[in-house]
Amino acid sequence: MTSAAGLAAQFAELILAVLLAPMLTGWVNQCRAWLQNRSGPGVLQPYRMLLKLFRKEVVLAHNASPLFRIAPYVIFACLALSAAIVPTLSTDLPLNAAADAIALVGLLALARMFISLAGMDVGTAFGSLGARREMMVGFLAEPALLMVLFTASLISHSTSLATIVGTLAKNEFVIYPSLAFAGVAFTMVSLAENARIPVDNPATHLELTMIHEAMVLEYSGRHLAMIEWAASLKLFVYSCMGLALFVPFGIAEGGDSAGILLALPVLAAKLAVGGALLALIETLSAKMRIFRAPEFLGIAFLVAVLAMLVRVLLES
Amino acid sequence: MLHFLSLHAAELINLCASLILLIAFAMLAQRKILALINLFAAQGLMLCVSTVLVAFVSGQAHLYWSALLTLVLKVLLLPWILHRLIRKLNVKWDVETLFNVSTTMIVGIVLVILAFNLVQPVSQLAGAVTKSTLGIALASVLLAFLMMITRSKAVPQVVGFLAMENGLVLAATGATHGMPMVIEFGIALDVLVGVLILGVFFFQIRERFDSLDTRHLEKLKET
Repeated sequence: MTSAAGLAAQFAELILAVLLAPMLTGWVNQCRAWLQNRSGPGVLQPYRMLLKLFRKEVVLAHNASPLFRIAPYVIFACLALSAAIVPTLSTDLPLNAAADAIALVGLLALARMFISLAGMDVGTAFGSLGARREMMVGFLAEPALLMVLFTASLISHSTSLATIVGTLAKNEFVIYPSLAFAGVAFTMVSLAENARIPVDNPATHLELTMIHEAMVLEYSGRHLAMIEWAASLKLFVYSCMGLALFVPFGIAEGGDSAGILLALPVLAAKLAVGGALLALIETLSAKMRIFRAPEFLGIAFLVAVLAMLVRVLLES
Repeated sequence: MLHFLSLHAAELINLCASLILLIAFAMLAQRKILALINLFAAQGLMLCVSTVLVAFVSGQAHLYWSALLTLVLKVLLLPWILHRLIRKLNVKWDVETLFNVSTTMIVGIVLVILAFNLVQPVSQLAGAVTKSTLGIALASVLLAFLMMITRSKAVPQVVGFLAMENGLVLAATGATHGMPMVIEFGIALDVLVGVLILGVFFFQIRERFDSLDTRHLEKLKET
């Protein structure tokens, strides 16, 4: 059942995701810098950052439990696994038999739970504050994400991501209005989930409004490196999920290696455009007050519900 | 390009109709008055595109005129008048809604389900390419109604009224390939004059109450 080419594609995807994720983050930061008329640190800055953090020693709080120490690795593993599930290069992935879209959301939830627990572990005010906010954003964003995935599942009659992407990519060019709604909802969810500007500011250590940064304040050295790397991976996973659902063209069908080689530059181009768009959204919008976040995500959820309604009532 | 259009015209019309519905929801959730007017202009643009597509598919030449009318009136003229009114009235403040946004959106979703179900038997009868847009048209009319009900300031209420007219035109092009040209011109003139008169009303209301909140009007009594 699992072909050698499939295994190769699976490993290629995983390694590619882990290696390229910081570059995507760097690209987004670079685009933001250009849009704000700064020269920017270059796309390789996240790698230098990771290298620096890996060289530094780890400082632990006295009352840190073992959970605090294993959490970065668990989070990184969760996100690496979800990167392996989302089809980026080929739709012939052995892991897809094991995990579908719902399992993917579960994996992301597991990562979120661990980062929140770790945030509260040491017992500082900032950590618990960030953890609570993260859970609030998470429990509002998750149903919306599920609804988006269900809409795509309704189109392809399967919750397996590879089948969804395969169906969408293989079809003659068909326009699904429901996917337009789902796309809007997905964009809103990914902005919230990746601690991007309308909901959280990824570049702040100063404000009382921070979410992601508040949770990881206690981390240092290689632990912090793992968490930062995992955050980049999360952005990469969400971007790839969006690309797979809404612009699946150019992905390799089945296990032919030529297709995979062709899919690679296509993926890079799509990610570059997606990252630039993200930077544009971030530059154009102002950060919301934290109490506006439930409203923002509520709207995302309702738009996702609308996508399902349009799919069920209009397109069937 | 033309080949592509004729292949996918029905889907593109559906897409435009869905975007009109999406914009209707965005208007429902929008607090800021300037953004509201821009959204209204965007809805008009979508309506214009979908009318052109229907004209292209059905070969009805008068629908091109209807699309042009929509473009001039609803995308350019009315938003420009509203922008001018707002500048003159100096009301760039936030629009407050009566209920909170989430509740309004949930009511909106219920309205969409209601509209889709109501239209189901009717659209079975309609033979046009665009029968599925009828449900969306009714839904946008109901959503515009909802917006008029939930807003207390005068300007958003007028925008809701105009958005309702957008929904009606969408229904007309979807179900029967548009209304006769005379009626369409009549409605366009009505809308234009309506906005001009309401613009005068805005000034009167503000002069009387120092605010554009229409709830003040409930206090008016002959004594």
